Amino acid sequence: MSNVGIVIVSHSPLVAKGTADMVRQMVGEEVPLAHCGGNSDGGLGTSVEAILKAIDSAWSEAGVAIFVDLGGAETNSEMAVEMLPEERAGRVVVCNAPIVEGAVIAATEASGGAPLAVVKRTAEELSPG
Amino acid sequence: MLGQARLRSLIETVARTVIEHEDELTQLDSAIGDGDHGANMKRGFEAVLAELDALAAKPLPETLKAVGTQLLMKVGGASGPLYGTLFMSLGKSLPETLDRQSVAQALDAAIAAVRARGKAETGQKTMLDVLVPVQRALASGADPAAVAARANEAAEATIPMKATRGRASFLGERSIGHMDPGARSSALIVEAVASCFGIST
Repeated sequence: MSNVGIVIVSHSPLVAKGTADMVRQMVGEEVPLAHCGGNSDGGLGTSVEAILKAIDSAWSEAGVAIFVDLGGAETNSEMAVEMLPEERAGRVVVCNAPIVEGAVIAATEASGGAPLAVVKRTAEELSPG
Repeated sequence: MLGQARLRSLIETVARTVIEHEDELTQLDSAIGDGDHGANMKRGFEAVLAELDALAAKPLPETLKAVGTQLLMKVGGASGPLYGTLFMSLGKSLPETLDRQSVAQALDAAIAAVRARGKAETGQKTMLDVLVPVQRALASGADPAAVAARANEAAEATIPMKATRGRASFLGERSIGHMDPGARSSALIVEAVASCFGIST
């Protein structure tokens, strides 16, 4: 599949899964999708390890767009992107958009075959400022 | 030059100090954040303790990078990548043979990396408000006890600050009057390191 992949990173496993469910309902199986949430003890939080795994599982040659909720999810996602092998790191972006709306609109865009930059821009148009 | 036994004791002291202060860090974070800083830092430093012998057997730069990786992978929250970045960057910048100037320079580089990672500046009620004055004290020749004292004063000085970065920034004015948990954990680490150098040099 050459559509852009979507990764959802929330502090809460339930929010991550719920957001992924909404994305699936919109775009079916057209878009590679992975989600992660919670720290390594199963509490609220985010984990670089889990984010790396999610990027791998949603990997697409067209790239991957990541959607995050609060600060730590963003910082950990940026860290994860930097830890990717060089040939992948340049094709993964963390989007500055609301997690649910951003992921759904990005996936819709991705399912039509839009390139990574367009997927990101469309999602980020949702952010104020 | 740090011998293996001393390096082991340094890592152990830092890790145990942070773990012993779990409740305090949790209380500080409950006041202005999400209340997980104590548990997160404890999880990270327990992972460090579990690898203590292997960590102490490496050359110092490699030890620091490995400590950073453990913290990055295990701490979670926003402090995982921030402390991970701090230690990994120190590992990258420190020569194997230490002197005050090389440590001050390496800390300066590590602070720049943390600043970039957290997109933060001093004065925003974060760990930077401790790390920056500590680096200055070190560069200006302060002894270990004075560096530790500077770290604690700097953590205290975050109490009247209004948070504009991190979770506490959601509280705006209500963040005033509480010490920043990240500033406190940074001060604890600095104090633990200083205590090791203070006793045996």
